[in-house]
Formats: sequence, C-alpha cells, structure tokens
Amino acid sequence: MGLNIYTVGEITRYLKEKIDWDPLLQNTAVRGEISNFVHHSSGHMYFTLKDSSSRLKCVMFKSKNFSLAFDLHNGLKIIALGRLAIFERDGQYQLYVEDVQPEGMGALHLAFLQLKEKLEQEGLFALENKKSIPRVPKGIGVITSPTGAALRDIITVIRRRFPGALILIIPALVQGTEAVPSLVEALRKAEDLKEKIEVLIIGRGGGSLEELWAFNEELLARAIYACSIPIVSAVGHETDFTIADFVADQRAPTPSAAAEIVAPESRELTKYLRQLENRLIQQVRRKLELHKWQLASLRQRPVLMKPEHLLDNRKQTVDFLRQKLLQCTKENLRGKKEKLNLLIEKLSDLNPLAVLQRGYVVCRKQKGKKLLKSVKGLKVGDKLTITMSNGEIDCLVEKIREG
Amino acid sequence: MEKLTFEEAMAALEEIVDNLEKEQLSLNDSLAIFEKGISLSRICLAKLEEAEEKIHILLEQNGEMTIQPFHWGEEGE
Repeated sequence: MGLNIYTVGEITRYLKEKIDWDPLLQNTAVRGEISNFVHHSSGHMYFTLKDSSSRLKCVMFKSKNFSLAFDLHNGLKIIALGRLAIFERDGQYQLYVEDVQPEGMGALHLAFLQLKEKLEQEGLFALENKKSIPRVPKGIGVITSPTGAALRDIITVIRRRFPGALILIIPALVQGTEAVPSLVEALRKAEDLKEKIEVLIIGRGGGSLEELWAFNEELLARAIYACSIPIVSAVGHETDFTIADFVADQRAPTPSAAAEIVAPESRELTKYLRQLENRLIQQVRRKLELHKWQLASLRQRPVLMKPEHLLDNRKQTVDFLRQKLLQCTKENLRGKKEKLNLLIEKLSDLNPLAVLQRGYVVCRKQKGKKLLKSVKGLKVGDKLTITMSNGEIDCLVEKIREG
Repeated sequence: MEKLTFEEAMAALEEIVDNLEKEQLSLNDSLAIFEKGISLSRICLAKLEEAEEKIHILLEQNGEMTIQPFHWGEEGE
C-alpha cells in the first residue's frame, strides 16, 4: 500500500501541532449559545457552544472565569474569545476560553441585569423593607468624594432649603477598584455615627458606565441594604440607574435632587405649621361661637324671657282647684240637706205627741221637767202634771202601789 | 413634650387639628387639646429654627477618626 501507518497518539499530536501553529485558531472568537453548562467544584467551567448547525466543546478555567462580571448559564448567547486546541487524552478539540462577551449587549450591562434580578428575588428592593426619610433630619451624612461636583451640588441645595442643617461629609472613593471597599467602609463609619446622622446620601456625579460601576456591585448593594440609617442614593444623571438606586430607601435622579429630598424646605414647613395653627384657632373660635349662639338661643326661650308665665300656669291651676272645691262643697251640702230632711221625716214619725194621741200620757212632777218613769221616789201628796195630747191635768198622789 | 422629634410633634399636631375638626368634643376638652396643639406647633417651629448650620467632614488622622469643620477651597464665591 505504501502508506505510513500512525498510532492514534501520533495522529493526535500531528493535528495538535497543526492547530497550534494556525494563527486564526490561536486567537479566535466564536459565537454560539451555551448548553451543558457545568461549573465544576474545582472552579473550572465546562460547556458546549452550539448553533443550528454544529457544536463546540469549551472550557474556561477558574483563573479566567473568576473575573467575569456576569454569570454564565445555559441558553445564554455569547461570543467566546480564546484559542482552539486538542485535548490529547480524549483526542477532542475544544475552545480554551479566555473571555466571554454577552451577545447583543455589553458584559457590564448583562452583569447589571443579572445582579438586579438576583437581589430583587432576595427581596433587597422590596418596598416594605425601605425606611422612611425623616422630614427634618437632625444630621445629614453625605458619602461621596470630597472633591467631587456632587458634594458641591448637595451642600448648595441643602443650604438654600434648610439653613439650619447639620451636614457630615464621609469621604469615599467613588470610582476605581478601591471604590467598593471604600464606600462600604464609609457606610460602616456612618453607622457608628448614627447618633448624629438621621439620613444618608450616597452617590457621585455623572460618568461613564465604568466610572459608575462601583454602585452596581453586589457588596455595596448589600451594605446599603444592611445599613440602619435611611439612605438616599444619587448616582450620576437622571438616566443612570444603578443597583444602589434600587436597594436604597429612596433614589434621587441627581445629587441635587437627593439634597432636596433630605433637606426640608424650611419656609414651606413653617408655612404649613402656621396653617395648622390657624386651623386650630379657627376650630376653637367656631366652637366658642357655637356655644355662645346656643346660650343666646337658650336665653330667648319664653320661660327665661317672661318668667311670670310660669306663674300664669300655676294661677290657672289654683283657680281650677278652687272652682272644684266650691263645687264639691256645694254638692256635699246638698247631700247633707237631703239626708237631714230624711231624718226630719223619720223624726216626725217618732214625735211623742203622736204617741199621746194614741192614748199614752206623760207624767212629771209639777215643779220638775223630768219625765217620771217609775213610782219609786214618789210620795203621797206629791203634785203631778199629766200631759195628754190636747191638754194637761194637775193631780195629787193619794196612794202608791208598786207593781 | 420637648423630647418629641419634629416628626412626632408634627404628627401629634396634625391629629389634634383633625380631631378638633371632626369630633364632637366638649368645650373643656376642645380647649385642652387646643392648648396642647398650640404648644406642639411652637415646638415644631422652634425645632426648625434651633439648628445652626454646621458642615463637618469625617477625617482620619494618625489612624483616628475625627470630625472637623469642612471648608471649600474657594468658599465665598
């Protein structure tokens, strides 16, 4: 056959060399969708990039993937940068990934979206966890760069609105690799000064996404969430939204706006207090007027106006009673008269004269009035008068017989 | 009552005004809470005026944190 016969290892090594020498394959970018993603306990990542026509095995070592701003997961469309090589043991070619870009958006943007979703699910943005901003704070803490334009804006606005404010600046780095630890440390210092500070502004002026990046870091987000002092975030311009804005108790579109939120407009408050006072006074006045009016209308009542009317009534009653008394008395008298007549009639029936007419006589001593009912006490020779119905007889006692 | 924060005093005052406007209180009670309301409003006004402006900065000096007056380089512009 005249052909050289190679071992598997020889062929694999041959191919490996070919690939290693190909400049295109040594520095390449491959577009595809992640599948079979595994983040091994060693820290290395293994996945397959696929598109509609083929697949490519990929590995991203821990030393490369640890600086990724966002997370890799199945279905994520990426552009993987790296070199192609053969893994000799398996005779398998694969892409050794150095860096990953999300497709269609910047890496930072994706990282932002991923962290936002994660913290949102953990409840770090929940409204019920947000502290209210005191209306008149005793002290206002400002965490920002002491040389930045943001600080100038904040102080200018606070001074204008609330001249009595107590402002404490807590300096921090707001960009660069040291920004996050510096901001977190500033929050810790603020916590130590809780007695003096009732509200915090944390922020910086406008800048590029990279310059604002510290405010999108998870560590800072958690420190803001954990802080017991109410926090107003003020990062960049109106259009810049950072993770810090979502987790803060209130987001201000700009540093000046943050100052407006924490510093009350003292003139407005004074005005409002005066209004409350006026309402108080009016209410009491109204109440007094009402009572006065009630009193006046009571005094208008007839009994108080003409107390003699009270007597009229009584007089009438007396009249009525007197009338009644008279009437009763009259009736009573008439009754008595009738009764008397009846008695008189009865009495006439018992008239002793009528008895005399029936033949009985009445006997008494001549010089006495007493009727004699017994022979006892009488003596012979006593002079008696005997009364009959039509006259009297004088007699002399001749003899007494007791019966 | 002086120990109240501004918010507490203001909230109490608002409640008193509401009560006075809505509820049928006796004249005596009305006058009593009116008096309380007026002193609350005085406290609030005083609190608004009492603070004198201070701008300080937290600085680290020889490893110790100190609070010092803060001045702009070009203050007075």
